[in-house]
Amino acid sequence: MNKHPETSASSKGATARRRFLKEMAGAAGGACLLSLGVGLYGSEASARPAAALRPPGALEESDFLAACVRCGLCVRDCPFDTLKLSRLGDNVATGTPYFEARSIACEMCDDIPCVKACPTGALDRELTDIRKARMGLAVLIDQETCLNFLGLRCDVCYRVCPAIDEAITLELVHNPRSDRHAMLLPTVHSDACTGCGKCEKSCVLPEAAIKVLPFKLAQGKSAEHYRKGWEEKEAAGGSLIGEQEQLPMRGLEGRAYGDTRVDQGQTPPYTPPKAPGSDLDSGWKP
Amino acid sequence: MNTHAPASSIRGAARIGAVARPGAEAVEVKGWLKAHKWLLLRRFSQLSILLLFLIGPWFGLWLVKGNLSSSLTLGVLPLTDPFVLLQSIAAGHPPYREAVLGGGIVLAFYLLLGGRLFCSWVCPINIVTDAAAWLRRRLGIKGGKTPHADTRYWLLGFTLVASFATGGIAWEWVNPVSMLHRGLIFGFGLSWGIVIGVFLYDLLLASRGWCGHVCPMGAFYGLVGKTALLRVTADKRSTCNDCMDCFAVCPEPQVIRPALKAVGQSHPVILDKDCTSCGRCIDVCSKDVFRLTTRFDRSES
Repeated sequence: MNKHPETSASSKGATARRRFLKEMAGAAGGACLLSLGVGLYGSEASARPAAALRPPGALEESDFLAACVRCGLCVRDCPFDTLKLSRLGDNVATGTPYFEARSIACEMCDDIPCVKACPTGALDRELTDIRKARMGLAVLIDQETCLNFLGLRCDVCYRVCPAIDEAITLELVHNPRSDRHAMLLPTVHSDACTGCGKCEKSCVLPEAAIKVLPFKLAQGKSAEHYRKGWEEKEAAGGSLIGEQEQLPMRGLEGRAYGDTRVDQGQTPPYTPPKAPGSDLDSGWKP
Repeated sequence: MNTHAPASSIRGAARIGAVARPGAEAVEVKGWLKAHKWLLLRRFSQLSILLLFLIGPWFGLWLVKGNLSSSLTLGVLPLTDPFVLLQSIAAGHPPYREAVLGGGIVLAFYLLLGGRLFCSWVCPINIVTDAAAWLRRRLGIKGGKTPHADTRYWLLGFTLVASFATGGIAWEWVNPVSMLHRGLIFGFGLSWGIVIGVFLYDLLLASRGWCGHVCPMGAFYGLVGKTALLRVTADKRSTCNDCMDCFAVCPEPQVIRPALKAVGQSHPVILDKDCTSCGRCIDVCSKDVFRLTTRFDRSES
């Protein structure tokens, strides 16, 4: 036994080394699995419900989750208790600030205290004019229940809008149902809407017909290569494809091209259809 | 060595097959208060820090705003958890100056005084896991599967990798420390579940499992305080009667042996980075072997 003390010592060393490597592999493997689970859970759970809006100045969601340390200082400095920290189960990344417009809308403070309070830059201090905030975009989502679409003059969303006549305008259109009234349709303009949610908050219906949504849900996007002819024409100071060939229109000869208006008392040329079978024999016999 | 371990100690009780009550001898010899001095000081520290955060929301007295992740004291002093900040940077976000300054202040404090002071004197989860450890001892629960003590260091590395890979602060998805602290201040939701999970894990599955083996935040502060000043010394180790009570109550029992039994070092100072400087060993020792001192005080009496 004691003939080869080096051998037994080295085999002992080897056993110890093997055990050490095994333990380390276990520790590393366990830690790797746990953090993999956390990472996957994190990327899975970072989807946010549409009704949960971020504070003004919030970075784009993926950058926001890298920057927000979940301290709640913005929540503390919000004078209207609009902001709250997400709790586990709210489906918003736990501990991050958000608000729901239908509960408490953003009052759009001039000094933007929530942005000032943020120590990390998750709320971007580049935002100094609250009218440039883009927390989401209001969408008149239900034209079947909106009172103005039914022909009434509710107008509440329009009246409460902090950017009245810019973010929401009332557009006058003919009411085809009564055929003698107008409808004033609340219409949101994305270049002025901050997503504060006052409109959604004040909608008189039991469920708001106008809602603030994340841009991703609220907006479409033109393809990069699309051009609007009338804009291009305006920019170029004239048609880019030259003057168009003007084809005559039967019955409207002598009028300006494109003028199809009917004068008072004038009847358009009309030939009543002939009775079937009166001049063509289809050859059909019963 | 010179006297037999008392019957209520870990070793004494094991000899006669009785239930051990670590610290009972110290209570007899020094009185209850002195045998719980450091524990009481620690609870006082943990609870008063928590209270500072709570008197704002409770009474509208805003001395401190925020939570342990980041806070603002008296409107001027920013403090930020350097671990969460590190993950944020790994995730690709360069933080503002306040957060960097706050993180720097916290980092300097623990770098200087002792990294894992955070664990034993500040962290609210410590109360939960101490309770689990106490109950585990009282109920005599043995066994389970304790992960390797280095798991936390691996996890520390992997949380940074995960933050980098997912572009988000990875550990905050589950971190029971911030969940508990934030929950107490801002409201819990289902975060209770994670805290209860940690309690049950420590109680049933792994002795001192969370704080001593898993928590990457503790690992981070351990590394920070590797060369810090405040240390526990076993300077009266010659009077040790091998009762093992300090090993029973210590949240990181492996740190005691080198100092107390002179294994791999000759001086009696506990220099291991895992030591949380909780001072519980000082409390439960009836022979007053331990003492809180600096890392340079290598004297022995």
